[in-house]
Amino acid sequence: MIFFLYRIQKMASTDIIIHDKKDNVGVVVIEKVAPNQTCNCWIMEGDESATVEAKNEVPLGHKLALVDLNEGDTIIKYGHDIGKVVKAVKKGEHVHVHNVKTKKW
Amino acid sequence: MEIPKSFLGYKRENGRVGTRNHVIILPVDDISNACAEAVSNNIKGTIALPHSYGRLQFGADLELHFKTMIGTAKNPNVAAAIIIGIEPKWTKRIVDEVAKTGKPVEGFSIEGAGDIETIMKASKKAQEFSIWASEKQREECPVSDLWISVKCGESDTTSGLASNPTVGNLMDKLEPLGVHLCFGETSELTGAESVCAKRGKTKEAQDKFMKTWNDYNDFILKEATDDLSESQPTAGNIAGGLTTIEEKAFGNFQKIGSRQFIDVLTPAEEPTRGPGLYFMDTSSAAAECVTLQAAGGFNIHLFPTGQGNIIGNPIEPVIKLTANPLTAVKMKEHIDVDVSKILSRQMNLDQAGDELIKATLRVANGRFTCAEALGHREFVMTKLYRSA
Repeated sequence: MIFFLYRIQKMASTDIIIHDKKDNVGVVVIEKVAPNQTCNCWIMEGDESATVEAKNEVPLGHKLALVDLNEGDTIIKYGHDIGKVVKAVKKGEHVHVHNVKTKKW
Repeated sequence: MEIPKSFLGYKRENGRVGTRNHVIILPVDDISNACAEAVSNNIKGTIALPHSYGRLQFGADLELHFKTMIGTAKNPNVAAAIIIGIEPKWTKRIVDEVAKTGKPVEGFSIEGAGDIETIMKASKKAQEFSIWASEKQREECPVSDLWISVKCGESDTTSGLASNPTVGNLMDKLEPLGVHLCFGETSELTGAESVCAKRGKTKEAQDKFMKTWNDYNDFILKEATDDLSESQPTAGNIAGGLTTIEEKAFGNFQKIGSRQFIDVLTPAEEPTRGPGLYFMDTSSAAAECVTLQAAGGFNIHLFPTGQGNIIGNPIEPVIKLTANPLTAVKMKEHIDVDVSKILSRQMNLDQAGDELIKATLRVANGRFTCAEALGHREFVMTKLYRSA
């Protein structure tokens, strides 16, 4: 029975996927997450679990901050620099073109 | 999973191994397409490879055309080749190079003879080749005879999350077995270029990569009419959640797992430094990229897709995988391997990599890919600049 419960928990739906332990954003993989929702996160590197509380509604495929981020901070995804924060973001908030820009151009 | 040590392939005269046994009818130029198609229509067991170029090209662009033609016919998935061109000189140049592999090859030129006589002569030779090739048997060959190329297309967030890392997992598992591997897409590594360069095994490989990428970037900056941030990522990418070009590039880069590349190849160049991972300078357009990789001698291709790219190649089987659960259902007839369960955590990358290895070996043994069964034979030349 304990084994059965463990299996159920293990199969609990994943709301957010995080590529790398170093990442400060995760990607929503369900239709959307709602404000105040406690989201199940799967960290692919090492096959680990975590939770984060969403502050905004964030749709499928979009990113959510895993920590508080200040203007000028670097967004890390895949363990790498994918751009800079241009407007402060709180943990659990939507991260996209309105608060992050490329460092390329 | 214990990785199978062998597969059933066609051993060629030069020691290479094919996963397919094609007899190709290859036109040297656009105006010889009709003749090549007539021959393949006459003779069963042959395929024509029509394309759009081959006249009045010059310099590096002409050399790339020859390299693509010659490499395609030399590919071990080709048992024998008929080359048809308007003029004898360029036709002979291709025939002479292909003949060095030891495989049956014969050239025909149309000028002074006309289509009908050329079709008759070439058909007689094609029939001979087709019957000869039909007796070739698959034999047990080590997995190291696989030369695997990769390219992704119609990518979305699921590509970087799951289908590209699945290919990376396969690379991590197969490279130690002595397989040749190849990735390309110079343009779509923008943002990840310096991280990608560091994956070069030697300083030489790293410098070659940066020179290749810088040359491409200089070309883009010269030709661009506005800030590229208007087109990379695209509006569709942004709607799907991709924020910056760097994010898109790192998604693409997942395909090589934790491997290092040993050399940088020019378009259609055959690797000569032994087994391992190579980077080839290619366009990010699917058919152009796969055509160049096949001309470089790669005999099986892995193609992760998000929104559902449908590409195939006439000589190199293209295996498609997706992690997008909607694509896996709505475009089922195009998807060979469904890894969408990674997103719901019912499958991990290790398991997905194993599934892809199994599928790759089945296709190497002869199983048709979805694209082969649907008749996708996109053969597209990369053109460097306009003709004279």
